[in-house]
Amino acid sequence: MLTISQELRDRIITHARADHPDEACGVVAGPAGTDRPERFVPMLNAARSPTFYEFDSGDLLRLYREMDDRDEEPVVIYHSHTATEAYPSRTDISYANEPGAHYVLVSTAECGNDEGPVSFRSFRIVEGEVTEEEVRVV
Amino acid sequence: MAIEVRIPTILRDYTDGEKAVQGSGATIAELFADLDTSHPGIKARLVEDGGTLRRFVNVYLNDEDVRFLSGVDTELTDGDSVTILPAVAGGMR
Repeated sequence: MLTISQELRDRIITHARADHPDEACGVVAGPAGTDRPERFVPMLNAARSPTFYEFDSGDLLRLYREMDDRDEEPVVIYHSHTATEAYPSRTDISYANEPGAHYVLVSTAECGNDEGPVSFRSFRIVEGEVTEEEVRVV
Repeated sequence: MAIEVRIPTILRDYTDGEKAVQGSGATIAELFADLDTSHPGIKARLVEDGGTLRRFVNVYLNDEDVRFLSGVDTELTDGDSVTILPAVAGGMR
């Protein structure tokens, strides 16, 4: 189960809506070993694409160094799908390299850049195996 | 020639859980070959059969992505630090 604050959930959704129709992506870091998402880190989608996302390689190094210095982990790794459902694609599964992370997917297929229905789901992706989990907003 | 190599979580199975290991080599390719002798199997996760860097593996020499240097032929100097990070990527298909 992913437990996340309303504020962080809203910030992820706001980012996804703002970047629509391109995919938005980012991380919510948290203290190592706690499973608590706390620090919102929106990332630039270096691919700037409606069908693909990738963290810029320089940004990625800075992010991991920063988390290392602060003794944090990427508790949540999020991205949006802008034309399809909020479910990990084959590509998402093959590049999922953080077995400890909650992979959050947001679909902006219905809402676009505006207010409106949005789906927010969370998954574990471990060795190619996808398991959806409950999201508890606190 | 000692090079510190920082290992991402996903590859720590090869390093007995160690976050950083020491290796040696005059280039990235030589360093990976050396790592593979002490941590068998790790090289195949980093480079293709032909020896080029895998597309979704980022390797940094100090602060620089080696793709912007000379890739696996990038030369190393004693005391350099190499960081391996899998790309964070995906898409709708």
